[in-house]
Amino acid sequence: MFVLITAEAAIFTIFVVAYLFYIGKSLTGPMPKDVLSVPIFYTICLLSSSLTIHLAAKALRRGSVRSFGILWFATIALGAAFLYGTATEWHRLIYHDGLTISTNLFGTTYYSLVGLHGFHVVVGLVALFIVMSLALLGNVRSEHAERVDVLSLYWHFVDAVWVVVFTVVYVLGR
Amino acid sequence: MSTDSVTWPQAETSAHPFVDRLHEWVTTVDHKRLGILYIGYALVFLVIGGIEAGIIRIQLIRAHNDFVSPQVFNRMFTMHGTTMIFFVVMPLVFGFANYLIPLMIGARDMAFPRLNAFSFWLTAFGGLLLYFSLIGANGLYGAGNAPDVGWFAYAPLTSRTFSVGHSTDFWTLGLLVSGFGSIGTAINILATVLCMRCPGMSLGKMPLLAWLNLVMAGLVILAVSPLTAAQLMLLVDRYLGGHFFDTQAGGSAVIWMHFFWIFGHPEVYVLVIPAFAFASEIIPVFSRKAIFGYPVMVAATICIGFIGMSVWAHHMFTVGMSSNANTFFVLSTMAIAVPTGIKIFNWLATMWGGKIEFKTPMLFCIAFLFQFLIAGLTGIMLSVAPFNWQLGSSYFVVAHFHYVIVGAIMFATFGAFYYWFPKMSGKMYNETLGKLHFWLFLIGFHLTFDFMHIPGLLGMPRRIYTYEPGRGWDIWNLIVTIGVFFQALGIMVFVANLLWSYFKGKAAGSDPWDAWTLEWSTNSPPPVYNFASIPEVKSRRPLWDLKHPADPDWKYE
Repeated sequence: MFVLITAEAAIFTIFVVAYLFYIGKSLTGPMPKDVLSVPIFYTICLLSSSLTIHLAAKALRRGSVRSFGILWFATIALGAAFLYGTATEWHRLIYHDGLTISTNLFGTTYYSLVGLHGFHVVVGLVALFIVMSLALLGNVRSEHAERVDVLSLYWHFVDAVWVVVFTVVYVLGR
Repeated sequence: MSTDSVTWPQAETSAHPFVDRLHEWVTTVDHKRLGILYIGYALVFLVIGGIEAGIIRIQLIRAHNDFVSPQVFNRMFTMHGTTMIFFVVMPLVFGFANYLIPLMIGARDMAFPRLNAFSFWLTAFGGLLLYFSLIGANGLYGAGNAPDVGWFAYAPLTSRTFSVGHSTDFWTLGLLVSGFGSIGTAINILATVLCMRCPGMSLGKMPLLAWLNLVMAGLVILAVSPLTAAQLMLLVDRYLGGHFFDTQAGGSAVIWMHFFWIFGHPEVYVLVIPAFAFASEIIPVFSRKAIFGYPVMVAATICIGFIGMSVWAHHMFTVGMSSNANTFFVLSTMAIAVPTGIKIFNWLATMWGGKIEFKTPMLFCIAFLFQFLIAGLTGIMLSVAPFNWQLGSSYFVVAHFHYVIVGAIMFATFGAFYYWFPKMSGKMYNETLGKLHFWLFLIGFHLTFDFMHIPGLLGMPRRIYTYEPGRGWDIWNLIVTIGVFFQALGIMVFVANLLWSYFKGKAAGSDPWDAWTLEWSTNSPPPVYNFASIPEVKSRRPLWDLKHPADPDWKYE
């Protein structure tokens, strides 16, 4: 999983470099500072899901399957909330501000970078959901803690990437 | 550790009907079978890529030749480059790594057998997707069309405007899919080498082949991912109307070059480091000496891995970068000659004073040493930016990188074929045919690629489909094309030797070379479980210890 994360990190690096390279190179509007607003609430959601998944894995190692389930569900809810945030933001950008992936360079780089991250959130959520269903069926016990750890490692990575994407898109890019 | 041979019931497999055996091969997760699948797949594409090379050379045999049209010529060099890099050398490298690493480190399989099978089939279907472009690229209304944008597919040639139809999409998707396969295999190799070594085998006691493939897998992780990212961007551009590489909307064509070569140069090391690995295993055995300077070899390899990540823009001197960037990439490129030079001296020192046996694998490795040296020297020439401005994109460059890929990588890989063929098939190859292959291929190689430097120096650019007579290029192109026929003959002898030896060769026994690494301690071909009991090692040459209990290696290491 560490190696996979390294490979993923390399892919994100390339997209981030492209984003940084193309900041301010758009020939036509809309420009980032006119249309982007900082999604602080949803960022807090995503980052706190790292905490809940960590606590969930810890609970499982202790053997308390019940608190694992609750914390795991909280993680899924927070991740889904983040996705909802991205969805409303994109909806506003597309229908209100008229920014699509082919409008200008900002649109191209913004949608592909945030979209790539969003795709990883979706993959993570699917995996989390599968574990949740298995837990509801009573098939997740403390001997599976190691596998849950691997998944939580991935989720931490997705969150860490968001810190970078957030910095690049909403702080440097504006 | 155990050398007692376990008799594996041979009759059992051959009694199955054909469909069952096919089913076994398709659904296999055994690292040895997957290794052989990789290698066989690569050999098929080697022949296809070779035919494409033949078409290119026949077209260029004389001035104003019209063997193929300019459009077909463009497709041929694109397909030749893409096929040879992604669907010949990469699968060969992965095939040997798959087959040998678990055997050499005393494991029963790779760390993730099913991921291994998945990666192979991804790579296989990636290759098929690329070639499906021949029927599918123009849509389904008849005329076929293959990618014709060159193997590094510079923007804006790949944009919708200049590349209509779907040929570029097939190129992108084929590479994307096989790229995921490569990343999967690299993860597998890293996990296997780091976690599955047998008791007693510390990192410092691993065979060099395992070490070098570890570095190779690390490079794949760091190099193939940027290519994946760049291909995704290209797909966004082509399908969603994005502007990454669209200069009309403020995008940049140069950034594609950077992204491609951030993959492209480490890729060279991905391919050549396993070739080093083969040489590091074969040369000591046929010199009857332990490898010279083992720790330095490992350090030099890791050093090459690191420096190799920071030299990519030497492919782009002619683009016109700032003088600071030029200076940096000139110096880093030259710096890489130091660890490679150390390796060459180590191999020479291994041979020095040894009792050299000139068997076919050793012949290929000696040729590898000389040719890799020359390839390195022309590499140093091209690393000098002003010289590169003069000769960039000329036949000099083509000759240089074919010297690396054919002269070094393919020669070492042929050596590996002959060296491990007895292990994989259980049969001995025919030494006379092996030597015939070597000499034919050597003559063909030097006819082709030595003389290819000269039209380059005389100003012949690469990728032109024909040229004016009377520029002094004609005779050199003729010689170059003649060399191709010798190479083709050599390959035919090679394939004939493999087939003949597989069916008619005499049994090889488990250790025909009196070698020292673990794969020779088990049967040929090895049973599904590799080792009846997991071996335990004390030194870098466990079989030497076993054969010479009075004077074992671990007393000196």
